[in-house]
Amino acid sequence: MPLNPDQLAARVARDIEPGSFVNLGIGQPTKVADHLPAEIGVVLHTENGMLGMGPAAVGDEVDPELTNAGKVPVTELPGAAYFHHADSFAMMRGGHLDVCVLGAFQVSASGDLANWDTGAPGSIPAVGGAMDLAIGAKRVYVMMTLFARNGSPKLVPACTYPLTGVGCVSRVYTDHAVFEIAPDGVRVLESFGTSVEELRARLEVPLAVDVR
Amino acid sequence: MSRAQIFASPYEAVRVVKDGDTVLVGGFGFAGMPFDLIDALIRHGAGDLTIVSNNAGNGDVGLAALLKAGQVRKVLCSFPRQVDSYVFDDLYRRGEIELEVVPQGNLAERMRAAGAGIGAFYCPTGVGTPLAEGKETRTIDGRDYVLEYPIKGDVALISAHTADTTGNLVYRKTARNFGPVMATAATTTVVQVSSIVDAGQIDPEVVVTPSIYVDRVVQVEPRHYTVRGAR
Repeated sequence: MPLNPDQLAARVARDIEPGSFVNLGIGQPTKVADHLPAEIGVVLHTENGMLGMGPAAVGDEVDPELTNAGKVPVTELPGAAYFHHADSFAMMRGGHLDVCVLGAFQVSASGDLANWDTGAPGSIPAVGGAMDLAIGAKRVYVMMTLFARNGSPKLVPACTYPLTGVGCVSRVYTDHAVFEIAPDGVRVLESFGTSVEELRARLEVPLAVDVR
Repeated sequence: MSRAQIFASPYEAVRVVKDGDTVLVGGFGFAGMPFDLIDALIRHGAGDLTIVSNNAGNGDVGLAALLKAGQVRKVLCSFPRQVDSYVFDDLYRRGEIELEVVPQGNLAERMRAAGAGIGAFYCPTGVGTPLAEGKETRTIDGRDYVLEYPIKGDVALISAHTADTTGNLVYRKTARNFGPVMATAATTTVVQVSSIVDAGQIDPEVVVTPSIYVDRVVQVEPRHYTVRGAR
């Protein structure tokens, strides 16, 4: 069976090393936080100026001056720190973040990422911190469905949407399989109810197999 | 730069803004948005403004209200499109406002450069993307970079938590966001705060924005909003 979004978030969380500094993109990647047990000591970075971000705020915890990058009110954990935007992005660009998890419209076989603009007529482009994160974190994990609603693959030989970053993606976590973007090509690390033959039939990307 | 002055009203404090100015507006969504200074700017009426801010307004208040008042010619921001950015969306689709999308880290660093006297800098963000088209690039130690230029403001409108009477500032939680960087990058920095204390009442070790970057301070009753439909 393909993974549901919650199972996919749990699968991504399993690959995050204890003690890592991690940025979770807005939307689906935010769910990864629900699967990071406190005892592994992962520190969440939010680009609007905080390390040590806690879960979403509820009830009396809501403070309009304490939000995540999606503008959702959140909480702070013991050991949290606040800083301004230039420092926050220096943490990315300077290579201090271990992992970021981002959503995507498309990822190419060489790790190019497209996740900010569909280029559709009438669309309003909005990049936020995606380009900075894509080139900044040591490991960039993408979390997405493998196929768009119209059935077209989102892991592609070359992106057709405007790029966010070139050759920046390390791993792609999808509902059907986990892919490693390696220097010599794309490897399937794990699949969920879909055989590698089926994946090969539906994707135009050559796949090596490295199931662990 | 002369010492910071304390103003009695937001209206007096923002009268420094002139038609055609570039105005840096603090805030990330609603957190840190200088609502009272923006309302005063609407009343003041300066127009043909270029606004530099992370977003292009949420709901009907703050920056969205300024856009709605027709005082803005152009917005430089990282993330205009949001669930409640209907004021901007409408102006943009009607061709009544210009948009320059800047990656969020470049927005911050370009203002930091302006405030720090840096003429330009090579940055890896955006290499190979449409936002780097037409820009000078250079390979340094095997990595590609894009040349980015400073963003300087005529005026910065920001919000902080507490000022002392000399203009030193401390912020609160993630409302800090762009405030400290914008304060350095404008000819005149105007700050609204929730409280003003005597010099010496803020521990010098915890000052975030030193008074040299602050020109005008006004105390207001804090108003807070949360973004509807935030995700």
